[in-house]
Amino acid sequence: MTLKRTAPLVLLTAAALSMTACAESQRDDSGGSGGGSADSNVKDTFTFGAAGAPELFDPLYATDGETFRVTRQIHSGLLGIKPGTADIQPELAESWEPSDDGLSWTFNLRQGVKFSDGTDFNAEAVCYNLDRMYNQKGAGQTAAEYWTYFFGTFSDDPENSLYKSCEAKDANTAVVDITRTTSSFPTILSLASFAIQSPKALEEGDANNVKAQGEGFTYPDYSMNPVGVGPYKLASYDEANKTVNLVANENWYGEAPKTKNLVFKIIPDESTRRQELQAGSIDGYDLPNPVDWKGLKDAGNNVEIRDAFNVLYIGLNPERNPKLKDLKVRQAIAYATNRDQMVKTQLPEGAAVASQFIPPAVSGYNESIQPYAYDPEKAKQLLQEAGAEGMTLKFAFPTEVSRPYMPDPQKIHAAFTKDLQAVGIKVQEVSKPWNGGYLDDVSANGAYDAWLLGWTGDYNAADNFLGTFFSSPKTNDFHTNVLPWGQQLSDDLKKADAIVDEDERATAYQDLNQQIVEKYLPAIPVSHSPPALVVSDKVEGLVPSPLTAETFDTVTVQK
Amino acid sequence: MTPANPMTRRKDRIDDLAATAGSDRAAAVREAGSVDEKPGVSLIASAWQRLRRSPVFLIGAAITLVFVVLALVSPLIAPHDPAANLLLDQVRPQSNPIPGPQPGYPLGADDVGRDLLSRLLVGSQQTLIVGVFATIFGLTGGMTLGILAGAFGGWVDSLVMRIVDVLLSIPSLLLAFSIAALATRPSQLTVIIAVAAVQVPIFARLLRGSMLAQRHSDHVLAARALGVTERAVVFRHMLPNSLGPVIVQSTLVLAVSIIDAAALSFLGLGNPNDRQPEWGQMLGRAQPFIYDNPHLAVYPALCIIVVALGFTLMGESLREALDPKTRR
Amino acid sequence: MARFLIRRLLQMVLVVFVLSVMLFLWLRALPGGTVSAILGERATPETRAALTKALGLDEPIWVQYGKFLWRALHGDFGTSTRVLPGADALDIFLTRLPATIELSAFALVFAVALGIPLGYVAARRANSPVDSGLVILSLVGVAVPVFFLAFFLKYQFAVDHNWFPVSGRQDNLSCTRITNFFVLDGLLTRELDCSASALKHLVLPSIALGTIPFAVIFRITRASVLDVLGEDYVRTAESKGLTARVVRGRHVLRNAMLPVVTTIGLQTGLLLAGAVLTEKVFNWGGIGNALADAFQYRDYSVLQILILAAALIYVVINLLVDISYAIIDPRVRTR
Repeated sequence: MTLKRTAPLVLLTAAALSMTACAESQRDDSGGSGGGSADSNVKDTFTFGAAGAPELFDPLYATDGETFRVTRQIHSGLLGIKPGTADIQPELAESWEPSDDGLSWTFNLRQGVKFSDGTDFNAEAVCYNLDRMYNQKGAGQTAAEYWTYFFGTFSDDPENSLYKSCEAKDANTAVVDITRTTSSFPTILSLASFAIQSPKALEEGDANNVKAQGEGFTYPDYSMNPVGVGPYKLASYDEANKTVNLVANENWYGEAPKTKNLVFKIIPDESTRRQELQAGSIDGYDLPNPVDWKGLKDAGNNVEIRDAFNVLYIGLNPERNPKLKDLKVRQAIAYATNRDQMVKTQLPEGAAVASQFIPPAVSGYNESIQPYAYDPEKAKQLLQEAGAEGMTLKFAFPTEVSRPYMPDPQKIHAAFTKDLQAVGIKVQEVSKPWNGGYLDDVSANGAYDAWLLGWTGDYNAADNFLGTFFSSPKTNDFHTNVLPWGQQLSDDLKKADAIVDEDERATAYQDLNQQIVEKYLPAIPVSHSPPALVVSDKVEGLVPSPLTAETFDTVTVQK
Repeated sequence: MTPANPMTRRKDRIDDLAATAGSDRAAAVREAGSVDEKPGVSLIASAWQRLRRSPVFLIGAAITLVFVVLALVSPLIAPHDPAANLLLDQVRPQSNPIPGPQPGYPLGADDVGRDLLSRLLVGSQQTLIVGVFATIFGLTGGMTLGILAGAFGGWVDSLVMRIVDVLLSIPSLLLAFSIAALATRPSQLTVIIAVAAVQVPIFARLLRGSMLAQRHSDHVLAARALGVTERAVVFRHMLPNSLGPVIVQSTLVLAVSIIDAAALSFLGLGNPNDRQPEWGQMLGRAQPFIYDNPHLAVYPALCIIVVALGFTLMGESLREALDPKTRR
Repeated sequence: MARFLIRRLLQMVLVVFVLSVMLFLWLRALPGGTVSAILGERATPETRAALTKALGLDEPIWVQYGKFLWRALHGDFGTSTRVLPGADALDIFLTRLPATIELSAFALVFAVALGIPLGYVAARRANSPVDSGLVILSLVGVAVPVFFLAFFLKYQFAVDHNWFPVSGRQDNLSCTRITNFFVLDGLLTRELDCSASALKHLVLPSIALGTIPFAVIFRITRASVLDVLGEDYVRTAESKGLTARVVRGRHVLRNAMLPVVTTIGLQTGLLLAGAVLTEKVFNWGGIGNALADAFQYRDYSVLQILILAAALIYVVINLLVDISYAIIDPRVRTR
């Protein structure tokens, strides 16, 4: 002890020199509790470092990625996501087809599927689930945030709901009626929120009994005892030790998971996740900081890079700053910002400057659009033409946050601020904590002229990006209602979304993308940045998903 | 001693320190009042004599001196502009997140290509500013409350001290954290205010204690008897005699403030603008790089540790020198 | 004595009440809030309004406070929105508290085991190089930012050498939980591997958290031993020719321990309340960590109970210390 206490200064100095050098990890193999795997070279437990605790295990009421990561292992939806892509594939429904008007969809269900409690999956279970979501009452409606977002309203307001009804034609055929055509349906049924769960368990666990109580919602027993169709099922959630334990679901219709136990260890701090991986106490974690990628690789880990399925933009509010109503000023901002340099120096490999508001993987992406070049002279000239030289811009960024599309907002903001100042724009720099008012100020309060924000797609549809950004001109972040084309754009987007034929729809979106960037430019698209996930060199079989929708049943961990 | 943390600021410790003022004064008064022209060894002189021989004090004073000088001249000796992204073109997150040492850049650059050595040097300036202003603000706030309480006594005293107790009942870092979190526009100033707020109740208690100790001491009674106004008694007699402990505490608070500012930055509540470098902020922002490029964190951390140590050593030995108990 | 007690108790209630008002106002004055923390990028004006209403955050603040106070007086401190959604805030506090107590206890053991002997040694050799060295050393411990020390410890002893775990409270051993004191639970259920694992996890955070109390205890011990050494009875004992051992044991240590014990008592309260940084760095499932999470996601109910409880613990410990003083020294009562 004494030695340790006398040494700090010496050690600290030495640390600067030594820490970089040591990369080799000594593993501790105590991870698996009680062996029993057939292959003795393979561990029976895969431990994944999660950045946050799951909220609950009933995905209908879940709202964040850390929860969905867990529920995806224990639940399935009618539609699934093809591993490694953003495209849908059959899951609990083997096939589906629309009626001619696109308003009635017939789903042919997979046969011989059982929930993890042994009860049968069939068309009645499907309709039970959809009706359950549609019939949420009171606090349940507020808690079922994803339903509100994607389906609009509930049974007490059928006019505005996308969902109409569900009918079990026979045991293996369910027919779902919707109220209008949209590119989003049936794709949204692949979202983790709309998983099909065991009607019996939902019933017994009083699953809909959500109450608002004392500044929060209380959830029924079911939310901690989920029963679904998935390769795994929940074994225990050790809240005191921050661990979620899943075990293989013996009633799973597919191939049994390669690793029997799946453990999520909740470690909010990123550098701690990294240390845990190096120490061998976890086998992988999500969203390593891009600046760590090199060090992680050098230490022998596999950094699995997903396709970028997001966009970062500089939002603009022409209502707050009328100078921004002039297209020339908005274009000047685009020309002034050196997005190429920012992408190269701050974003990970695979990141690209964005030419439009959807990433290349989304259907409707227009290959022919070129991003605005970095051209400060042109920017100055445009500002002059618009009579906006020396204009002031209140430009904001969030603190206490790191998103896949912006690993370090402060740094991105600092770079762009410099660029804008170089063309004579006076930048008023503002920051707020992400949960501490930033989002309020951007959306509800419209408190900034310009700001950094982005979006990660939920599923492969242009509407999920463009519709989110630019429809509802009165309430969207970009205040497009004060611009002459605001309503027009919103209408066009709705029209494109309602096109039933896929190719026709894609063409419509390509045209719209061009129009948005060249004629409207309501905001400046900045970049698409690929998120990564890292696993140790002992892990095989993990397929990274652009939607961060990995399932871990294909993973093996070598001893 | 041990300023660095919430845990150490206990009421009784503050009161101990406060009491030194009263008893010192009492002792000094006895000496001075004992008739004569004999140049009795004054408190200050005797303290200084012991300090001069104390290695602890000398080390502390030397560190502090170097730090202050550095803060004053660093902009002149820094090789580069600490805000200029000179090596930005070398930065590649996936292959070279932190440009290494190279000619002209002995310590390399940070994650946006700014010269690390220059930032460390110039960082001393903001660090000193944070320390000094946090102390001044804390002292001013504490003095106002302490004077109110100590000078008037009675219900004013009760009221003020209850408020002070409430503030003291919150762990200091939490308090700083709470105040920093309220800032709608975080900046260096909000950090300073947050850190200073923690010191207010401590200074208040300290001053009130030392004034109470003097309320009934001979020189105050004498002044009153001579018809000196209450105001004059407070400001001419009581306050100056409380300065000893206040100076000691201030030295310690300087160190605490620098460390607390680093903690705020670590928790994401620091000054978001990093064009003017400050060590605590540099340390806080080095977090993502601490694993592969620990030097980004280690250098500012070492600076903070050394400087905090300097102030603490000085404060501690001052306290001991002024404490009559140790004068035996 | 009874009057003294009643007065102090009333004062305590008042302090806690004022604090609860301040806390409530503070939370609602914070930029942002639960609603946007829950909704994130997906927020629309409609969902925002619905959620605000559902959580009762649209009412005037004094109504909200009144409801909070009413419920709190009935033992209902509200529901967590994020730390453990849907869970009772009081339950969260009660399950997290043992973790913090466990950590604090071990940190204190570390601080005492190191602080008292070293303090004694330093005092015996006052003004020698050993003394100066120890004093400077204790101050270095204090000058090192806790999170930096923690990182350094983790790096050296967990990642580089794998002697101790990096973070958390226990390996994933499916241990039985009774009291949520993991070491104790392991002993109670005879799951000794659970206790061992918990102990191993305790080492590094205890050192990180214990550094500062160590410095305090070291200093108090040194000062108070110095005091006692100067007392006549010690000189008498020494001049009587009693062995150094007897003098040390019977006279010096015993008399010097009183202030040290008081200090330890006070440190306990502060440790409990002040472990935020250490818990955060070591991902320790205690109150400090819950507090950080709750703050980040603006989980009002959890923040309220955690801060109030921390303050309450501190106030109660202070009260106990004062009472023990009052028992020892009657003069205090009249103050």
